[in-house]
Amino acid sequence: MGLKTPLHDICASQGAKFIDFGGWDLPVSFGSQIEEHHAVRRDAGVFDVSHMGILDLEGARSRELLRELLANDVAKLTSPGRALYSCMLRPSGGIIDDLIVYLRAEGAFRLVVNAGTRGKDLDWIAEHAARAGVQVRERSDLAMLAVQGPKALSRTLPLIPSALREGAQSLARFSALEADGWFVARTGYTGEDGVEIMLPASEAEALWRALGAGGVRPIGLGARDTLRLEAGLNLYGNDMDESHHPLESGLEWTVAFEPRTRLFIGRAPLEALRARAEHPLFVGLVLEERGVLRSHQRIDRARAGAGAADAPAGEVTSGTFSPTLNRSIGLARVARGVGPEVRVDIRGKSHAARIVKPPFVREGRILIDL
Amino acid sequence: MSSNVPGDLKYTRSHEWVRRLPSGELEIGITDHAQEALGDLVFVEVPAVDRTLARGEACAVVESVKAASDVYSPLAGRVVGSNAELATQPELLNQDPYGRGWLLRLAPEAGEGDAGLLSPAEYVKFLEESQ
Repeated sequence: MGLKTPLHDICASQGAKFIDFGGWDLPVSFGSQIEEHHAVRRDAGVFDVSHMGILDLEGARSRELLRELLANDVAKLTSPGRALYSCMLRPSGGIIDDLIVYLRAEGAFRLVVNAGTRGKDLDWIAEHAARAGVQVRERSDLAMLAVQGPKALSRTLPLIPSALREGAQSLARFSALEADGWFVARTGYTGEDGVEIMLPASEAEALWRALGAGGVRPIGLGARDTLRLEAGLNLYGNDMDESHHPLESGLEWTVAFEPRTRLFIGRAPLEALRARAEHPLFVGLVLEERGVLRSHQRIDRARAGAGAADAPAGEVTSGTFSPTLNRSIGLARVARGVGPEVRVDIRGKSHAARIVKPPFVREGRILIDL
Repeated sequence: MSSNVPGDLKYTRSHEWVRRLPSGELEIGITDHAQEALGDLVFVEVPAVDRTLARGEACAVVESVKAASDVYSPLAGRVVGSNAELATQPELLNQDPYGRGWLLRLAPEAGEGDAGLLSPAEYVKFLEESQ
């Protein structure tokens, strides 16, 4: 038996099927994963994401600490409530985790990190925080719900504390506000509009029920994966990890090389890699035939002689069936100069696929040519 | 979760079912328990007609959003039919695993009997034990 979130019992009572995810028992679906996917694209759905790690950093030097620890620059967070997506790197440039950091007040930040990396994140941050005199507090007293979809905001507003309602209605994308122990952010992992809500664990089940009564469907991890893949969003452990750096993981846009005086951890190797410009590229894939792309499948050049003979041209890092496109899509790491036509080895058979630029789908719209 | 196990079929431990047709041919598919565990099916690959299968040979692939699984031939024989409808409607396997979701028909090899297959009661017991 794994760890249970405060919403485990209500999910079980609603027919959830559970799987192990980073040591947690989490709902993979409540029935049909494809119907859940469409519900988020077309209407609204709610995910229990209480397994994610919430870390509060406080101290006069917390901004300085995060400017060293994160590859993106928290100097961009100029007013309370602003959020930033960033990688946290080893000195080698390998990715320890990807996370969202919120500025709560000067000297107070909140980090939301992956469940599977929580332990090593904490160790890494604590080691540096101690030197900077910054307090790190893990908020396991909070639950976290993600309400996502075109109707997510309107269905959620009546259910949040009145002190937040007006502000939440006009909340900018990638911003948050908080009151009464609730933290409401206009963020998500689906490519749809929506909010992520952190609140006292004791209040989570009531919110889950109220959302359900308001027509918001419960959604499992299965649909969370197909939604994030269509949205072209990376999954830590699949699309990047400690043996891969942001430049070969489609995350160069999250690395703030300016100002050049900011010596964040991992900067030197990334600068060298960027100057050399030989690292693999991170791309989207559409399968042109029937079948399903899966992580670790081998990618080959479409025409022999187009590159080094027999050397694989790349590897699928994430793959699935896209319910919106009704065909298989994936993310992949490929050598430079490969494509756009490629072949993918699926259980020993070669299949035609095409390199595209993610995202595949955003806000219900298909963004690639089929 | 209890799954549907019809009383007139035989079963395998890898969750295939076998129906003996009046012609003596065998119809083969995957059980309700199997489709439930796989989740929404999105791709099904069935064997070519006339292919000869050994008992236990991988003969079809059923792929859901989550994962791909092999289907194993419960008996030895020659493929005499496969369900072409599944190419465009893999969801039939979720909706009607013992009917329109059938995978293939087999002319069993001479002497191939039901030995080694599970009765409905045995399959129900097997499901309970593997919970």
